[in-house]
Amino acid sequence: MSRPKPPLPYNMREVLQPGDAACPGCPIPMAWKVLSAVFGEKMILVIPACCSSVVVGPYPGNALKASIIHVAFASAAAVASGVAEALKRRGINDVQVIAWAGDGGTADIGMASLSGAAERNHDFIYIMYDNEAYMNTGIQRSGATPYGAWTTTTPIIGKTEHKKDVARIMIAHNVPYVATASVGYPHDLYAKLQRAKKIRGFKFIHLHAPCPVGWRFDPRYTVRIAKLAVETGLWILYEYYDGKIHLSGASRPYIDPARRKPIEEYLKYQGRFRNITPEKIEEIKRYVEMNWNWIKKHM
Amino acid sequence: MGKDKLVIEKPLYDRLPIAKPMVGVAGKTGLWRVEKPVVNNSKCTRCFLCEIYCPVNVIRVEPETGVEIDYDYCKGCGICADVCPVNAIEMKPE
Repeated sequence: MSRPKPPLPYNMREVLQPGDAACPGCPIPMAWKVLSAVFGEKMILVIPACCSSVVVGPYPGNALKASIIHVAFASAAAVASGVAEALKRRGINDVQVIAWAGDGGTADIGMASLSGAAERNHDFIYIMYDNEAYMNTGIQRSGATPYGAWTTTTPIIGKTEHKKDVARIMIAHNVPYVATASVGYPHDLYAKLQRAKKIRGFKFIHLHAPCPVGWRFDPRYTVRIAKLAVETGLWILYEYYDGKIHLSGASRPYIDPARRKPIEEYLKYQGRFRNITPEKIEEIKRYVEMNWNWIKKHM
Repeated sequence: MGKDKLVIEKPLYDRLPIAKPMVGVAGKTGLWRVEKPVVNNSKCTRCFLCEIYCPVNVIRVEPETGVEIDYDYCKGCGICADVCPVNAIEMKPE
């Protein structure tokens, strides 16, 4: 009998320690496992104020067997640039600097330092894990919250603006590598991190991460909802390098609208879309189609 | 003599409050659990999906023995039961 082999390397087991302070069903440690499969202990995480700074745990301990720097909200990209430059000066090439920030720390508060680091093209990976609101402080609306979603600051009718597409903003900065990923597709994220590891310069990964607490769903559906976001075409997985967009394998079938699942299927699992009206669903469909047209144009 | 006392003996990183990696930073997180995942190893096909997706890193799939779960730290989120393609993991009330 042939032995089955794990699809990700075994060192995915080693870096994240059991017993972190995340809520049950949290997607952040899932993504850290993929990070550790690629980099092992040879990574330095720069974490601004976000859920992750809680997840790694209180002072005498630390849930990750990697170096972590906790920094102020707006400065993740600035500190990561400094660390990357210092490592370069000292001739250390095998350690990867990763800025790991939430959507608030990227799309709203950290935007200026992110834009600066991208313009100076510092050699590190910026990962924005996008749980679509300020979950850590109590589900406030952020720039990356989607249209129609309930948050504590958009209480009755939901958000009336569309999601800020940070990956597209980063493509406009002409950086060497930009990708979107999802925690529902760890092999896809693994392949993207492997590619990013080989590229020198600024790398940006926009990681879609469903949050059971803020999106109001049962913790067991985290992976299912992450996959539904891709299958309905709401979240498009692609990579940008060499001046072109390369659609990822998981998203390739959904370029054809007939093969996408209905958007209602994705919305019905989430309590934050409970009060959504049919007109708003039409508006979301129009927005999804617009995004796909943009992708088709730049492929 | 007063000057001698100021001589630093320990390296700098020993005197700074630096957190060290440890198992169970947030205590025994198994206590948070409401439902417990129970594995039927005869159904398991060793596809490793539960191990890859487990957010607490407590599931180990060994090709010979099957799935093992560390119940001290399992938070009982139920993702393993949801991603299992052959329904070999079942959530049972604690």
